[in-house]
Formats: sequence, structure tokens, C-alpha cells
Amino acid sequence: MARQVLLIEDEPNIIEAISFILSRDGWSVATHANGETAIEAVRRHAPDALILDVMLPGKSGYDILQDLRADPATQALPVLMLTARGQKKDRDMADKLGVTKFMTKPFSNAEVLAALRDMAPAAE
Amino acid sequence: MIGFNLLVAICLGYVVLLFLVAFWGDNQAQAGRGEWLRSPLVYTLSLSIYCTAWTFYGAVGYAARTGLEFVTIYLGPTLVLVGWWWILRKLVRIGRTQRITSIADLISSRYGKSNLLGVIVTLLAVVGTTPYIALQLQSVVLSFSVFSQAAGGENPQSTAFWVAVGLAAFTVLFGTRNLDANERHHGVVTAIALEAVVKLVALLAVGIFVVWGIGGGPRDIAATIEASKIAAWDMNGSRWVTMIFLSAAAFMTLPRMFQVLVVENVSERQLATASWAFPLYMFAMSLFVVPIAVVGLDVLPAGANPDLFVLTVPLHFEKSTLATLTFLGGFSSATSMVIVAAIALSTMMSNHVVMPLWLSLRRGGAAMSGDVRQVVLVSRRLSIAGVLGLGWLYYQVSGGGEALAAIGLIAFVGVAQVLPVMIGGLFWRGATRIGAAAGLSVGFAIWIYALFLPSFGDSGIMSASFLENGPWGLGWLRPQAFFGITGLDPLVHATFWSMVLNTGVFVIGSILSFPRPLERLQGAQFVNVFEHSSTAQSWARGAAEAEDLLVMAQRIMGASEAQALFQAEAMRQGKQGYLPDTTPDFLRALERELSGSVGAATAHAMVSQTVGGASVSVEDLMAVADETAQILEYSNQLEAKSEELTRTARQLQQANEKLTALSIQKDAFLGQISHELRTPMTSIRAFSEILREGGMSPSETQKYSGIIQDEAIRLTRLLDDLLDLSVLEAGQVTLNREEVDLADVIERAVAAGSGRDGGLEIQRNAAREHARVVTDPDRLAQVFINLIANARKYCDAKAPRLTISVETRPDRVQVDFMDNGAGIPPESQTMIFEKFSRLTDHRKAGGAGLGLAICREIMSKLGGAVEYLPGQGGAAFRVTLPRERGAPPR
Repeated sequence: MARQVLLIEDEPNIIEAISFILSRDGWSVATHANGETAIEAVRRHAPDALILDVMLPGKSGYDILQDLRADPATQALPVLMLTARGQKKDRDMADKLGVTKFMTKPFSNAEVLAALRDMAPAAE
Repeated sequence: MIGFNLLVAICLGYVVLLFLVAFWGDNQAQAGRGEWLRSPLVYTLSLSIYCTAWTFYGAVGYAARTGLEFVTIYLGPTLVLVGWWWILRKLVRIGRTQRITSIADLISSRYGKSNLLGVIVTLLAVVGTTPYIALQLQSVVLSFSVFSQAAGGENPQSTAFWVAVGLAAFTVLFGTRNLDANERHHGVVTAIALEAVVKLVALLAVGIFVVWGIGGGPRDIAATIEASKIAAWDMNGSRWVTMIFLSAAAFMTLPRMFQVLVVENVSERQLATASWAFPLYMFAMSLFVVPIAVVGLDVLPAGANPDLFVLTVPLHFEKSTLATLTFLGGFSSATSMVIVAAIALSTMMSNHVVMPLWLSLRRGGAAMSGDVRQVVLVSRRLSIAGVLGLGWLYYQVSGGGEALAAIGLIAFVGVAQVLPVMIGGLFWRGATRIGAAAGLSVGFAIWIYALFLPSFGDSGIMSASFLENGPWGLGWLRPQAFFGITGLDPLVHATFWSMVLNTGVFVIGSILSFPRPLERLQGAQFVNVFEHSSTAQSWARGAAEAEDLLVMAQRIMGASEAQALFQAEAMRQGKQGYLPDTTPDFLRALERELSGSVGAATAHAMVSQTVGGASVSVEDLMAVADETAQILEYSNQLEAKSEELTRTARQLQQANEKLTALSIQKDAFLGQISHELRTPMTSIRAFSEILREGGMSPSETQKYSGIIQDEAIRLTRLLDDLLDLSVLEAGQVTLNREEVDLADVIERAVAAGSGRDGGLEIQRNAAREHARVVTDPDRLAQVFINLIANARKYCDAKAPRLTISVETRPDRVQVDFMDNGAGIPPESQTMIFEKFSRLTDHRKAGGAGLGLAICREIMSKLGGAVEYLPGQGGAAFRVTLPRERGAPPR
């Protein structure tokens, strides 16, 4: 069974691009565009990995990450954070909150795939 | 029959007894064992100096001459004590808190420590009291002569002299034994209380003898009274009212009454008891007056002096023991009045006349050493001698002719002149020194002119024709018929005019004049005395003083330092504990210490206030005020400096906050730009990588390259907007102003957007759009296009509609853009003009959120404005343009 990744992102074209890349690589991709209801989406989908944007309507990616890390069920969930705000303090913030990987937009498709594979290796 | 010499011996024995009692009373008080001295009984009995020899002997004579009118003399004080006790209470409270030493001091102190008023009241008191003292001497002489006539010959004139000398000696001894801060004389008061008892017992004894011994019981006496001419006397209404008023006023204003009532008072509790006990005493004193008068008229030969009935009736019946007792009663009445009057007058004279004179003669002011006490004592003693000398002189000059009661009443009217100023001073803060001085002077002058001088009779200072025709033939100035109003009793006449004019001048003078600061201060202290003072007062002065000083010193110097100072002094004095005696040396040392902290004048004022040795003088107060002003000035300067510092600090803080805010704003702006640029680039990069890898279906290729194109356009637009905004904000924009028709600009903007998809209906009223404006039409159109585009993007109605309406005002043109959507929530309305403030998500917006920010910049450059209109149903924007002056609407 294909492993599942949940993409939380509000920019339609970026959703389209990432979904295409990951699906082609064999992932099952679910998407969610709202920050406020993101936690429920994570619980509902129970993904193997999470791709999280920072600037989301309703609730920022940082807050979502903090909530995830506070919940034992999602404490160890691999999270790849993508942000268009590329300043150093953004990365520091994400590290502090317990992010697994952090990438700045724009990214190369290969990097995203490699990061995902690295974070959530397929069970042999 | 008792011989004259035996009578003198009895008299001397009685005086020795009084000496002993006075001496004992003084010692008790000094030893602090005088608790009973504070008893209301002693106070009440001391008030009995109201009943002088005039009342003791004269009341019977009065009754024999004019029937029941003598009762008015008792009714006045009774009314005061029963009905006006609250005035007395206020007087007593003020007397204690202000350390009042006499009635002159009260008036002077109330009106800003005015020495002029002190002198006027002293003068009034001396002039009013001197005949009274003469009266007492006369009564003693007369009573002696009654005995000496019976025993055969002695010289009455020398009697008067020796009595005066003896009274002076007694008064000097006990009135000026020491200088007490409160001017209290416990020994004298004790002796007077004893005399009050003797008076009452003597009069009651004569009364009982007359009623039961001669008259045959109350029933028979009543019948005798009914038959006598006393019963036939008519009551003269105006005289009664006047007499009651006068005796009530005199009860409070007579110097000797003020002395016992206020100065010698030690607690307000005494007053409460006296308010019922003293009327009772007076009732007992008057109980047998009419029977004695009736019996005297009945049994004694016609032409016998009714003023001496009290004495002559027992003598007539050969009751020599009773007569001697009566004689002692009369002697007591006379001496107690003279003693207290002499003390009161000497205090006034020495404080308001002698001491100010002495101080002004000796250059250097009051700041001198301890020998001032000696000077005060000497001046007191000389004053006492002077007062009694005056009384004796008056007696010699007047020849002792007039009926006793007449002089008494004349004196009453004189001292009653103080009443308006006193009552006004207690209850009216507006009363001023000038008003008081004017009122007193006018009342005093009228009294002298209309009553005192005429009292010497035709043969005296005023001739009969003067009384008949007035001065220089001016009829309206006739001393006993002012303004031609004749037929009034001279006493009523003088009382009426003096009191009316006195009060009138006092009130008008007070209203017209402006009080000095000290007057206002004292006025407030007097009128509001119950708010400022407490009733508690220490009896044992010595210890309390040291303790008070310590409390005060601790406040100023700090607890430990003050205690150390006091303890060191106590040790030096060889005393146990930490409270030293308040010796002059110690007080000076303390004052020096304190002056280091609060200034010399304040320290002096505080110490003397606490010790009470000297009342605070005007100079002291002024010096205190100066020091306070300096301190205030200094603290004002400090305050100003500190305010300046605070202001600077606040400015710095504000600047810092502004910088921080700017920095945060800049960070936020850069973050926003980064986000807005990177987001389209992300899509472009991702899809271009996908396309490069190939293997796409043609439709997929089509779709993805479309996305790349859209995002590239988005990027370009963003960059355009950014550049536009930065140029506008930097003020480098060039405006191409020309006169245009507003309708054309709106038309252009609507047309520019019409190509887009979406069914936005635009409603216009083209006829009203014509207005000539001078503006940059391209920029204005840009604003309109933006607003129309916003409606197209954000209006969420099913059938979206935008209404554009134009309103032309004389000075401006308003263009309103109103859609029928949900509008912008109130909490967001303030931020929509900020950069990157997109309210909805990005997909719908299709812009970077710079549109309205650019609109705002443009309108600002065009001299107009764009604003959000809340509460219009949908989203509503108003663009305001200035109009060229004089351009008429078309």
C-alpha cells in the first residue's frame, strides 16, 4: 500500500505541482488548504509524512507544528516545512519547534522527494 | 449690737480665711491634686460673681422701687445658659484652643491679632468696669456705715481706701502669683466659690428670718405683698426686653464674667452642669427679694435706703449675728467681683496696653531673655493697683451718690457693645477687623454720649439745656432723643441706638473691607473651631509638655535622634526615664536642633505652641509663611526640573518605540515581498522542472505551461505595483494635470474593466457625473479601475452590482463606489489601505494586496482622499477630489 503524505498549502498552483511530483513518485497525496482545520486533517488522514506551509489562512504553520509536537499521537510525525519567507530567523523558529526538515521556496522537485524519502523511509 | 471694731475684726478674720482657702486651692492645683477643682460645682459657684453687691443689696432696693423688674437681671443669664449654651460652648472651646486670656484678647485674636481692637475693648472694659468697682466699694462703705452709725462714728472715706488697698493686695497675691499660660487662677476661683456659698446662705437666712420670723409664714407674706405698692407696679415692656437683653449680653461680655466663664473654665463638662445649676443658684438668690423688700418698706421708717434693707431689717430686729452674716455676704459679693474684675482688667491692660508699649519702647523686639516674665508680672501688679485706684477715684469723685442699680445698668450697656463683634466673630467668617473696630467705636461713642455722660446728672458734664436742645442746638442729636424720637426710657434709647448702629456699622464695614490673611486664618479657626479642635486637654502639664515636645521632635528629627536628645537631657538633669524637664535651656537647645530642619521661625513657633509659654505672634507666623514660601519655591523648581527630565525620557522612549516599530515594519515588509515573489516563482520552477523532464500528455503540457505563464504575469504585476508604490511614496511621481470632465474618467475606468469575465453589473447616473476637475486623468482612472476591480474580485453577492454615484459640492467632488456584497468587517476596515493587506485568500485576490495602498498614495498626491464608508450595506469607497475654485458645476 502506498504511503501517504498530507500537504497543507493554500497556493493552488503549488498544490498542483507538489501533488503531481509526489504522486508520480508513488505517494498517496492528500491536500488541505486551511490552517485552522489543519490539525483535524492530520488526525483524519494519519499520514506517514506531512508537508507544511508557514503562511496559511487562519493559523500559521508554526502554530500547527507546535500543536502537533504537543500531542503524543503526532509527536514523531515527520514534518517537512516549506516557506516563502526565507530568513534565518524563520528556520531557527522551525528548528526550535521541532521541525524534521526545513526548505525554502522555490525548491527543486528532486530535493523535496529526497527529503521525503529520507524522513519517511519505506518499510522493507 | 456688734461694735465696729468687732466687725472689722470679723472682716479681717474672713479675709484671712479667704487667703487660706485661695492658698490651699493654688497648692492643690500645683500639686496636680486639684481634680475637684474641675468639678462643675466649683465652676457654677464661681459664676456667681455675676451677683455682685449690686444684686446682693441692690435687688431688694430695686424691687422696693420698681417692683419685679429686678427679675430681668436674672432672666438674661438664664436665657443664655439654657438657650444659648451652644454659643457658650463655642466660646469655651475657642478660649481653650486659642489660649484666650481675656475678652479683649478674644476680639483681638479673632480679628487677626489686631492690637487696635485689643486696646478698644480694654478701654471699653475699663470705662465700663471702673464705676462698677466704685459701686462695690460704696456698698462695703455703706454697709460699714450702717454698723458704725449704730455704734457711733468712724470715717467712711478711709474705709473705702483701705478696702481698695486690701483687695489690691489680695488680687496681686493670688492673681499674679505666677504666670500661667492659661491665665487660670485656681486659688482665686476656690475662694470665690466659698464666697458664693456665703452670699447665698446669708441671703437665704435673711429671707427665712423675714418670712417665718417676722412675716408669719408664706401665706401672710403673700398677703403683705399683695397689699404693698410692689404689686401695683406696671410692667414696662420695652424696659423688660431691654433689661433681659442687656443682662444676657453682659453675662457673656463683662470682663469678669468672661474671666470665670471662659478663661477659668477647665472642661466643657462644667458648662453643661452650670447651664442648669447656675439658673437654680440665681433663683435661690432672688427667692426672698420681694418679701425682704415688702417687709423692709413695712417695718422701717420712711426714707430708709431700700438698698440696705438686707442689712437694716435684721439690725432693726436686733439680730446682730444674722446682720453680721449678711454683712459678710455683701462683703463677699463686693470683694469677689472686684478681685475677678481686677484680674481680668489687669490682664487686658498689661497684655494690650502696657506690654506693647514696653516692647515698642525697648528696641530689639520680643526676642529677649527670660526677664520678660518679670516685666509682665510687674505690669500686671501695677495694672491691678491701677484698676482699683481708678475705682476708688471714681468713688471719690462721684461721691457715691447715684442709686446702685443705675450704675450697674449703665455698665451693662457699655460692655454689651462687644456683643455684636463677638457673636459675629464666632459665626461669620466675613467679619473683618475694620468692621469690628468701626462698629465698636460707634457703639462705644453712642454709649458715652447717650448714657454715660448724662448719667452724671444736670450738674455733671452735660448741662440741662444740652440735654434739652442737643449740641449746638441740633435737636436730632439730643443725647436722649436721637432723630427727635422722644419718650423712650434713656436706657432703652441708648441701648437701642448703640446696638443698632454698632451692629450696622460692623456688618457694613465688614462687607466693604477686605480681611488680611491672618484675619481670614483666625476667622476660619474661630468659626470652625469644632472641626479643628478636640476636647481633650491635659491637666498635668509638665509631663505632657515634654511628651508633646518629643512627639513633635520625632516627627521632624526622626525617632532615634529625638529620643537620644531627650534622653541625654534627662540624664543631664539627673532624671529617671527619658523625659526631661522643659527648662528654658533645654527648650532653646531643642529649638536650635529643630531650626536646622524646619527653619528658625517655624521651630520657635512650634516649640512655643507646644509649650504654650507664649502665644505665637504675628511676626512668628509671617516668618513661618516666608519660610514655607521659600520651601515651596524650591520644591517647585525641583518639580519643574523633574518634569523636564520625565518629558525628555518620554520623548526618547517614544523615539525608540518609533524606531523599533519602523524596524519591525521594515522586516514585515521585506518578509511580505519575499513571500509574494517566491510564491509564483515556486510554481514556475516546479512546473518548468516537470516540463523539462518530459513524458507529459499534450493537455498536461498545455496546462502546466499556462500556469507558468500566469505566475510570470503575476510576478510582473507585483513588480509593477511595487515600483509604482515606491515611486509614489518617494514623491518622485510626475503628475500631468489637466482640466477634464469627471464623466470621461469614469467612462474610461469602466471600459478598462469590461473586457474581463464575471457578471459585475455597474450602475451609473451619467447625467450627474459631469464635473470639471483639474487632475491627472490617468492616475485618477487608475484609482477607479482598482476600485472597480476590487468589487469584481470581492463582491460576493449572487448578482454582483456596483453603483457609482457622483456628488458635486462647492469645494469638492465625491465619487462613491458601492457594491451589494457583504462589505468589509469593521475590525478589518482600518487595515485595508495597508500594504499586503489581503483579506481573503490569494487565489481570489490575484494581486499582492498593494492596490488600495497605491490608491491612497495617488489620491493623496492629487490633493484628495480615498476612504472606506462603513455601514453602507456592501463595501463602499468614497473618492474625494478637490475642485478648482470658481469652476461651476455643469
